[in-house]
Amino acid sequence: MTQIRLTIDGETVEVPAGTTVLEAAEKAGVRIPTLCHHPDLTPTGACRMCMVEIEGMRGPTTACTLPATDGMVVKTKTEKVIDLRRFVLSMLLSDHPNDCMRCEADGNCELQDLVYEYDVEWPTHTGLRHNRPVDSDPSPVILADMNKCILCGRCVRVCSEIQGCDVWNFSERGFDTVIVAGAKQDMLAAGCESCGNCVAYCPTGALFDRVAKGWGRAAHQKKVRTTCTYCGVGCQFDFNVNTQTGKITRVTSTPEAPANGMALCVKGRYGWDFIHSDERLTTPLIRDDSMTEGQYPGFREATWDEALDLVAQKLVYHRDNNGPDSVGYLSSAKCTNEENYLMQKLARAVGKTNNVDHCARLCHASTVAGLATALGSGAMTNSIADCTGEAKLYFVTGSNTTEQHPVIGIKMRKAIREQGVKLIVADPRKIDLCNLATLHLQHRPGTDIALFNGIMREILVNGWEDKEYIAARTENFEAFKETIMKYTLELTEEITRVPADKIKEAARLLAENKPGAVFWAMGITQHTTGTMNVMSLANLQMLLGNLGVRGGGVNPLRGQNNVQGACDLGALSNVYPGYQKVVDPAMKEKFEAAWGVKGLPDKIGLTVVELMNAAHSGEVKALYILAEDPMTSDPDLNHVREALQNLDFLVVQDIFMTETAKYADVILPGACFAEKEGTFTSTERRIQRVRKAVDAPGISRPDWQVLCEVATRMGYPMHYNTPSDIMDEIAATTPIYSGVHFWRLDAGEPLQWPVRGDDHPGTPILHVGQFARGKGLFTANEHIEPREAPDDDYPFTMTTGRVLYHWHGGEQSRRSKNLMALYPEPLVEINPDDAARMGIAEGDKLQIASRRGEFVARAWVTDRVASGLIFGTMHFPAGNANWATGAFLDPIAKIPEYKVSAVRVQKIV
Amino acid sequence: MNVVSTEIMPDDPVVVPEKKAHMDAILDANRDRPGATMLVLTLLQEEFGYVSLPMQNYISEQLKVPLSHIYGVLTFYSSFRMTPIGRHQVNVCMGTACYVRGGPTVIDKLEQVLGVKVGETTEDNRFTLDICRCVGACSQAPVVMIDDDVIGRVKPQDIAKLLRKYE
Repeated sequence: MTQIRLTIDGETVEVPAGTTVLEAAEKAGVRIPTLCHHPDLTPTGACRMCMVEIEGMRGPTTACTLPATDGMVVKTKTEKVIDLRRFVLSMLLSDHPNDCMRCEADGNCELQDLVYEYDVEWPTHTGLRHNRPVDSDPSPVILADMNKCILCGRCVRVCSEIQGCDVWNFSERGFDTVIVAGAKQDMLAAGCESCGNCVAYCPTGALFDRVAKGWGRAAHQKKVRTTCTYCGVGCQFDFNVNTQTGKITRVTSTPEAPANGMALCVKGRYGWDFIHSDERLTTPLIRDDSMTEGQYPGFREATWDEALDLVAQKLVYHRDNNGPDSVGYLSSAKCTNEENYLMQKLARAVGKTNNVDHCARLCHASTVAGLATALGSGAMTNSIADCTGEAKLYFVTGSNTTEQHPVIGIKMRKAIREQGVKLIVADPRKIDLCNLATLHLQHRPGTDIALFNGIMREILVNGWEDKEYIAARTENFEAFKETIMKYTLELTEEITRVPADKIKEAARLLAENKPGAVFWAMGITQHTTGTMNVMSLANLQMLLGNLGVRGGGVNPLRGQNNVQGACDLGALSNVYPGYQKVVDPAMKEKFEAAWGVKGLPDKIGLTVVELMNAAHSGEVKALYILAEDPMTSDPDLNHVREALQNLDFLVVQDIFMTETAKYADVILPGACFAEKEGTFTSTERRIQRVRKAVDAPGISRPDWQVLCEVATRMGYPMHYNTPSDIMDEIAATTPIYSGVHFWRLDAGEPLQWPVRGDDHPGTPILHVGQFARGKGLFTANEHIEPREAPDDDYPFTMTTGRVLYHWHGGEQSRRSKNLMALYPEPLVEINPDDAARMGIAEGDKLQIASRRGEFVARAWVTDRVASGLIFGTMHFPAGNANWATGAFLDPIAKIPEYKVSAVRVQKIV
Repeated sequence: MNVVSTEIMPDDPVVVPEKKAHMDAILDANRDRPGATMLVLTLLQEEFGYVSLPMQNYISEQLKVPLSHIYGVLTFYSSFRMTPIGRHQVNVCMGTACYVRGGPTVIDKLEQVLGVKVGETTEDNRFTLDICRCVGACSQAPVVMIDDDVIGRVKPQDIAKLLRKYE
């Protein structure tokens, strides 16, 4: 790119052509004041604060919109422009409430700062003023006071350019110009997703977090940078903590966050208030059936010593008397890497069993298995930035990205809207992304393999495959080809019910728009064919040569905040940390040496669903469950309940009285993510710090400390001073984390594993040049029908998932007042044709029943689902679709088929 | 303040088949042209005399233009209306001369008699009350225009009688 040189206030600066004067000034270290400008947004030159004088140019001009040219001489501090800026500020103040005394934005207001800097007097003239309603929108999370609006238009641009929602816009004209939502509607009615990104960019107090009102202002706050506890995108933000009350007041975003920048979703920005919920567990509890009163009937409060001794004694008893495999340990994708490492260490080194697993088994076990087979590594291959930013096409299947991974979803929306990236959505539901899709393939649930095979056959038939790539980097192509050639357009259409011309169109789009990135989530993995579904997607990307390149890749979007890390750190029944196999004698020896023990178990342990089955049959006598909630998240909840009731001893370590904890013998109160130190690993393999912002309630303790105590009391002294020490041990035993240390993370290094040493920078993209397993393996996958088909008794197919406003079993999100205000009760999606036929109206109560169980939820009549399909969620205990789902497992990954159940639907009158 | 009625009136172009067909024709003829929003809104305003909220929603869906943008355009230009226009248009001059000679009092009276605010239409669809700028009859201020009739030296107490002529 051509470089140009210009002079700004006497400083010479060299910048690439196309740079604005404002950007060039920043590079030269010259600050030009702005109000409407933000580096993330299109410059508009609206506020006139950045006026500068250019030699040879007639009048002052706005630096934010003016491209710098070679030889330009810029003056930013002349008397003339300073006068202009003071005039602009004075005009803004003339119609602005003199309210800094009690304004929430005090100390954090760009207008206030500039008025101070330019020493502008409060205008004395009494011109025309607006007197608008102070709290003008009923949004439960955003507080709007348009009296304080300076019409910079940042909210309008954020909502359009970052969030892709276009809720805000200017209305009216001249002096009456005002920002409105939609057609002067309530924000929610105008399509607001309550992300609060407009609040984050608002330079004044016009838009603010309703929840933070009255909780303390900038002068009494400290900021603590941490990582979000909800999904796996890995958004970072700052907790604002009131140093006088010791409470979190709000979440603010930061441009330094590597994955998300300033953007957050509704859960990240507003879903944190469960932290201070008065339902938090504050003390250990021990079952005592004589306790019929109080906050927790059936339990009495206990000291840590009593509770820990009881846990240790019971676990040792069962280990020694019923065999190590009579005890199971469930680790947690909500907890930190360090805690997951300790949990599997406790199970293996102390409990002498590989019966340690966690909920990844229920979400991406098939991804890990499928990709490990095909490519040699089971994680997202690319980084969020390159696969959303540099792809020419997105193939999104089984991922409702804008609701489940909202910040990745908005990056997609932006690229589609602004760069014309093509989008193919393959999903049985008409998810929100379909509004932007070039093509929506609405296939029958459970027919993914047939659909992908049909598309790949079309690619081959037309000779669109990347022959060179296939020859150089893959193997087993011929066997694969033989299988997929059977999937003619006719057969594929018959199986999937996707019209043949759409399959052809998909193949053409994939071939013509490279690189393309494939994204998936539970819609692909939660099937009895989950592993094969994943391998089929790997096939597709190898066929097109889209692996190991920027803007391509196979990109499983991990669900939980630290599900990637929990897998990485060996909270899986078949692997030690770093996917080192428990059946490999060399690994056994390595970990025996590292942990100073003998006789580590060498047979693969039981997985989540198998553990429940074994508890049900009595083989497993005791379970230690760390921050997981099988009574909401496992399939077939009646079966789970029976299993838990059948246990001799159940210990649950959690932050709330969860549905599972209600069956516990001992409950240990943990600290949530805002109350402890540690790290999470996001979906893009990025290891990020979690920092303590506030004290844990009552006498609850960080989970890593509790785990150390239990191990020690079981006869294996375990002690670490800080989670940083635990990470050092992880680094020493886990090759993919061998360069990960707190001191590197705290210095701001963006580390994505594998990090092969202290001087290794990490690996943003996997499989560049060569696959982890050497050659990429094509696999031949045949369509297999889902295990349960609708019939006369159970005529509907039910598929399950989540919604934007809640998280999994809802233990956190249901205790967030903000989120509950936005989404208070469970809904089931049902097609308008079915609803009309059955006399069901919007909001009617429905009972959904399968062969295994039933639940109740209200009807949302919508064409998001096709006729014959309903969609239920798992966020509310009584309305949990998992009462009806079945525990049919994928034979390889042992993941249950949540996505297809046969159910009947009945209106409750 | 923000709740806009989402109720669809029985004569709204989105529910009257012939009107809907006309709307669709206008949309189809222009949807691929650059700046289609402005064109379509102008043509619909000319055709129907107003662009209702249901129409705005429909246009937004059809042109894939956010509702907030359509509303922004409609409120920016004074030539657009969002409510149906009555059979008779009552425009009160608010030019300088009429203003100082009692224009505001005339408006107050009209609002009281008609039971609507400036910019609104009476329920029986008989009158739409609006203001206008100088009509060039300053010597007769204050001036009210009803349809094409220029009425000068209007006194508030005459207004009820004045309106009777227009059915």
